[in-house]
Amino acid sequence: MNPLLLWFHKLGSPPYFYRFAGRWLPWLYAIALVTGAIGFYGGLALAPADYQQGDSFRIMYVHVPCAWMSLFAYLFMAANGFVALVWRIKLSEILAMASAPIGAAFTFVTLVTGSLWGKPTWGTWWTWDARLTSELVLLFLYFGVIGLYHAIEDRRQAARAAAFLALVGIVNLPIVHYSVIWWNTLHQGSTVSFLGPSKISADMLWPLLTVAFATHVYFFASLFARARVALLELESGKDWVRGLLPATEAAHG
Amino acid sequence: MKPGTASAACIALLRRDLLLVWRRRGDALNPLLFAIIVVALFPFALGPETTVLARIAAGTIFVAVLLAMLLSLDALFRSDLEDGSLEQLVLSPHPLSLLLGCKILVHWSTTALPLIVVAPLLAQLLQLPAQVLPVLLAALALATPLLSLIGAVCVALTVGMRRSGMLLTLLVLPLIVPALIFGAGACNAAQDGFAYAAPLLWLGAWLAMAAILAPLAAAAALRISLT
Repeated sequence: MNPLLLWFHKLGSPPYFYRFAGRWLPWLYAIALVTGAIGFYGGLALAPADYQQGDSFRIMYVHVPCAWMSLFAYLFMAANGFVALVWRIKLSEILAMASAPIGAAFTFVTLVTGSLWGKPTWGTWWTWDARLTSELVLLFLYFGVIGLYHAIEDRRQAARAAAFLALVGIVNLPIVHYSVIWWNTLHQGSTVSFLGPSKISADMLWPLLTVAFATHVYFFASLFARARVALLELESGKDWVRGLLPATEAAHG
Repeated sequence: MKPGTASAACIALLRRDLLLVWRRRGDALNPLLFAIIVVALFPFALGPETTVLARIAAGTIFVAVLLAMLLSLDALFRSDLEDGSLEQLVLSPHPLSLLLGCKILVHWSTTALPLIVVAPLLAQLLQLPAQVLPVLLAALALATPLLSLIGAVCVALTVGMRRSGMLLTLLVLPLIVPALIFGAGACNAAQDGFAYAAPLLWLGAWLAMAAILAPLAAAAALRISLT
């Protein structure tokens, strides 16, 4: 078998993933911390003030990466949910459910920073603009997935039901993404584009992309930490988990 | 024993569910009463000024109808789960999505249809301008089946839970928000004298899509919850 494919199949095994995630966890946290620090230094200290908004635009360095992550985490959750429902892979259930609270947190931070920025710029904390509303709906979708997951007793059945809900809710993602194009309301359009030139100065852009990279790495660090704990809980009766705790087992035995 | 045809099964299921509703027709009136009470509360809270009431009428009626339907969604599969007939439906040789589609149809015609029938009365209570009423009825006729269909998917996920009311609200509301925005938006546009066809056409498009996909999704969700 192709070694990469073999590795991917191995990754689906809980003990293998547990060790793999444990090995990577400190590195991911370190990378996220360093790149995040560089990005924030670049964004908060080096980047020039905006010609219209002055220094208040700098909240973008938190707001925009978090907004991207709120969509990325949902997509990740739904993709893992799909894998969990179709191929019944235990690890995908764990990963999908572990990414829900992280995504909800990113969505919450997006809404809070947006409203903090909106007060001086738009003169209001909140407005029922298409993008704000769809982002709020996204937060409720996350809450629904988390709520459903915790309402069902059986962990694996709960994960499958919540994963299904996440798949149904995915219709909201394009609405969030295209809301600024479809409805021309208060929230400004996108200035960063992957295809074609971005409408943002390079001095302002590189810190943004650095922070965005840091949040992605942080997402995976947090995901691995959560998934490890969830795996231990789910597999607590298995031999490999007992093998991790020789001292306590000796005490009990 | 040879199983009958799928259409015979659907007709039997429709007859059975309608009969069950008819036997307990008092319960079936509850959503109707709820909607009337909610709508009647608004003039108490906002004062009886005609211009204010007319301004909020369409949106209030929309919200009241959606909430009333949400209240009744909880019971969509409950009695079937309790007497075991839901498992029989899952085990039956006929496509589960088709059978669930029948159940959704019964739910819509016994809760939403009466609500649409009393909508003109609610509109009178809130002084809705007469020319908006047809738009309101059309928007309700398109939005309420959407709620029944989407709601059925969420109910199928929470079936068997003891206290699922609040959770069900949390699951259904984010998914139904677009229908509310477009439905009430069409009424407001009509009230302001703008074109209102586009939001209604959007609702119709979603309804066409949901009518196909939601029974399939509800069947898949039910299989997850009943394993």
